[in-house]
Amino acid sequence: MAINFNNALGVHEQALLLRGQRSQVIATNIANSDTPGYKARDLDFASVLKQRMGLDTAATTLRTSNARHISDPSVSIGNGPVREEALMYRTPLQPSLDGNTVDEQLENASFARNALEHQASFQFLNGKFSGMMKALRGE
Amino acid sequence: MSLMSIFDISGSAMSAQSVRLNTTASNMANANSAAASPGQVYRSRQPVFATIQAQMLNQANANDFAFDNEGQTGLGVQVLDIVESDAPFQQRYEPEHPMADGEGYVYYPNVNIVEEMTNMMSSSRSFQANVDVMNAAKTMMQRVLTLGQ
Repeated sequence: MAINFNNALGVHEQALLLRGQRSQVIATNIANSDTPGYKARDLDFASVLKQRMGLDTAATTLRTSNARHISDPSVSIGNGPVREEALMYRTPLQPSLDGNTVDEQLENASFARNALEHQASFQFLNGKFSGMMKALRGE
Repeated sequence: MSLMSIFDISGSAMSAQSVRLNTTASNMANANSAAASPGQVYRSRQPVFATIQAQMLNQANANDFAFDNEGQTGLGVQVLDIVESDAPFQQRYEPEHPMADGEGYVYYPNVNIVEEMTNMMSSSRSFQANVDVMNAAKTMMQRVLTLGQ
């Protein structure tokens, strides 16, 4: 039986990558908390992760047979960049006069939570690796 | 590696906020600088912030970022310009002042001290938030480096 990394690591590899990418979005929101007209954005973690794992059976995807066909903008599978269209705009609770929709408390909380979930994904991934190492050593 | 770009994003915000703090310091320092004519009086200076768009970055860095670079995804903040305020000056009647003009008027800057104090608080808080983000990103990266150990 060959060890297949995709099967062995499961969802955690993709989750760790996506957590890192989401932290970039939230960092951009915090960086632009004083920029006039900036609209806060975030990605729907669960649905993007599903698409990346190829598990999203509910979503109907368009088949393209020509390079000039318009592909479904929100779908990206594999380790590539998150498509711009997967980023959604936050609904502001208290939009400011200058058109900025960043809620600093909310963004800080999201960032902290995302960092914690990043750590959790890392722990799971690390557990998978140490499990494989144990199996290889056979001690 | 998308965590790497957080350092650029937060770094750009920190430098923008420090420019803002600099203009605040300049405005506060000159709040009571008198001038003999409206042309010479100090004008309140304010920075203009704008989002750095992905297209502005060169292609070499483009792969460092988590998002495709066609769209309007922001990647930090920049100071577009520092503009001088057009608010009216204070014209005070002080005939004993050495800088008073023929009619006894002295001109004072259009600096609003209350506004500058709130600007100062806001920029130092934002700076702090970005330092926290940078620290968190550093911790996340250090943790990932220990993978498999």
